[in-house]
Amino acid sequence: MKFVEEFRDAELGAALAAQILSLLEPDRHYKLMEICGGHTHAIYRYGIDDLLPDEVEMVHGPGCPVCVIPMGRVDDGIAIAGHEGTILACFGDMMRVPGSERTLLEAKAAGADVRVVYSPLDALRIARENPDREVVFFAIGFETTAPSTALTMMRARDEALANFSCFCNHVAIVPPLQALLALPDLSLDGFVGPGHVATVVGARPFDFIPAEHGKPFVVSGFEPLDILQAIEMLLRQLAEGRREVENQYRRVVPAEGNPVALKAMGEVFELRESFEWRGLGEIPRSAFKLTAAFAAHDAELRYELPGRSVADPEACQCGEVLKGAIKPWECKVFGTACTPEHAIGTCMVSPEGACAAYYNYGRFAREGTPA
Amino acid sequence: MCLAIPGQVLEIVDEPNRLARVDVAGVKRNVSVALLDDDDGGVGPGDWVLIHVGFAISKVDEDEAAATLKLLEEMGTEYEQELDELKGSAIE
Amino acid sequence: MRSEERVLEIIETARGKRPRFKDELVTMAHGAGGKASQTLIEGLLVPAFGSAALAELGDAGAVEVEGTGLAITTDSFVVRPIRFPGGSIGELAVNGTVNDLAVSGARPLALTVSLVLEEGLAAEELRAEVEAIAAAAEAAGVEIVSGDTKVVERGHCDSMYVCTTGLGRIDERASLGTGSIRPRDKVLVSGPVGAHGTAIMLARDELGLDAEIASDTRPLLPAVESMLDAAGPSLRCLRDATRGGVASALNELARASGVCVEVSEGAVPVQAEVAAAAELLGIDPMYIANEGVLVAFVAPDGAEAALAALRAAPGCEAAAEIGVVKEEPPGMVLVETGFGGRRVMDLLAGDPLPRIC
Repeated sequence: MKFVEEFRDAELGAALAAQILSLLEPDRHYKLMEICGGHTHAIYRYGIDDLLPDEVEMVHGPGCPVCVIPMGRVDDGIAIAGHEGTILACFGDMMRVPGSERTLLEAKAAGADVRVVYSPLDALRIARENPDREVVFFAIGFETTAPSTALTMMRARDEALANFSCFCNHVAIVPPLQALLALPDLSLDGFVGPGHVATVVGARPFDFIPAEHGKPFVVSGFEPLDILQAIEMLLRQLAEGRREVENQYRRVVPAEGNPVALKAMGEVFELRESFEWRGLGEIPRSAFKLTAAFAAHDAELRYELPGRSVADPEACQCGEVLKGAIKPWECKVFGTACTPEHAIGTCMVSPEGACAAYYNYGRFAREGTPA
Repeated sequence: MCLAIPGQVLEIVDEPNRLARVDVAGVKRNVSVALLDDDDGGVGPGDWVLIHVGFAISKVDEDEAAATLKLLEEMGTEYEQELDELKGSAIE
Repeated sequence: MRSEERVLEIIETARGKRPRFKDELVTMAHGAGGKASQTLIEGLLVPAFGSAALAELGDAGAVEVEGTGLAITTDSFVVRPIRFPGGSIGELAVNGTVNDLAVSGARPLALTVSLVLEEGLAAEELRAEVEAIAAAAEAAGVEIVSGDTKVVERGHCDSMYVCTTGLGRIDERASLGTGSIRPRDKVLVSGPVGAHGTAIMLARDELGLDAEIASDTRPLLPAVESMLDAAGPSLRCLRDATRGGVASALNELARASGVCVEVSEGAVPVQAEVAAAAELLGIDPMYIANEGVLVAFVAPDGAEAALAALRAAPGCEAAAEIGVVKEEPPGMVLVETGFGGRRVMDLLAGDPLPRIC
């Protein structure tokens, strides 16, 4: 696979790892946050943490759009699926996420018509093929995915597809970062930035991080060489006393983002006044809903939803994991009461949840870091 | 949010809806390229794009990709040289 | 605060215990060959049926009749669509059971075939599958000696379900079993992984992907025969890698024998299109179902001969050595990633689902 395999080269990885070693200041411990769950997944999946020296610690961030959905919203999705005649289309990521009583997979087993789709356009196709059924698309994702939903909604409107609506749970990347940086005990040295979100929003929205908080920020791709190079660039900034936003993922991320995508989002979505984030609480202007022009395709208007704010189970420490305050294994129920097959929280079931990544990939006693 | 894969545009199959047939190492799918319709006219056959949930969300700049790899390879060569020197000195 | 090592210890102890089946509903996850299946089998079925042979959790059950070792195995085949690139349900039904016998070191003696047919199934389709079953049985050199037919109302099965039971005689040339696996044994795979499951996913046409990917269904008797001949005494254990993929087969064996299996990711053969489709969907080919792939655990001195023998068998030309058995950590499968780091390769909770994150 072109533009993929070249960035998985082990020899170049070893060279980068050596470069990283050479940039470390003596007796200094570095805490770098990878914001995006996709990066967390890749770090564990490729064993990148094996290649990093002990002095460089990766802290997992809140950039997992599945993990941050509160239980109450999952319940709402399950409620929609429970309607007679409704087909709920969602991404595979959502199927195992626990609501307060069950998951979508269990709702499906109990008779709800829940279908996994690869693209929102597939959900649209299901609506066209089933004119006598209501089809609801459970939309999730940051700004990476929101433009695709936006274009899909415009098609639905243009085709006057009356039986298609969207349950919108799109969220924005900057507000949780601002919330995170406002936390008193956070002591991070730098950020590995979300490369795919940046294809839409560009690199500029992250300028406030070096400018107001004095931390380096590198927009990173998702192949193992990308991540290692981003870490190298962060450490180089620290070594050289620079604090800026750099773009490691230049083959794909335009500095100014994608104006067409942003325009589509602007036409279809507006920011909610406030949205509840698992672990971070209510964050103002941090999530998207459909504009009035798309009311006919807004599942929240077409369905009577429980709309309850459901607190995480007491044992659940997803919030602290999402903030990077604790490591997955430090959660009291990690691996015992909370496992991928019977999860208490989202971090353990989302494909890019930190707990899932650590449990599925990183959960073994290492013999010590290779030289 | 993060799963996106590069693929090559083969042809536009639905012009009004801006759907293109895209190839990823022999696997083909129809993908919307509407998000890349900029003032220059959008993508065409032969272009490489980044695909996410059935939409092309960005173009892959082949020159930048090559530049990144070249930088990494240079770093790699330096590393190899250092390793060789290290090995060389160890013999004494 | 507990240390990381302590947490990992607690987890492994918990995982080592027999699982308890506490789910309220049967979900699709229970059929995926991952953890949910394991919990169903080990937590409900094995305790309820209580035989020592069953508790071995082999691909076939061992039965002794007056000093002769026999193996008996059964499988149900439920696949949608019933015809797909590379084969059909009839072929799967014969090959699947023949393969379970083969990897248990048994030469197939006889097969039974049960058909559950959906009301409205076209006779032409039924005839095609019956012919496929007959052809596959002939190719595998096994006779169908008994069977059953039922019909259910429209909508109560996907065209047809097929269940086959196979009886075989244990070959004297090897004593295969999870108890035979030792540290330093080599792990071989007989061919490229993930083709069958990918072909089915694409044939369902829900994901909009098109590719030249065909099911890998084939009888593995020639491959096993070849290995028994060339390296019989060195063969420790064979396993048919079906649902849940090679990853699940290796996990089952690691768990049953209490060893660690370390896989070298770069050595696992996979067809480029399968890898690309899996990449697009965010699924690991190691977890995708196969229908004509086996994994073999071989003593180190017999590994070369076994591999050469495998490669000589039809369809197994791309067989490769993909890993090695270690002592620690017991019951786990670790992967040396193509990038140089190491990670765990656990059972999945349920089906691998396409993801966007």
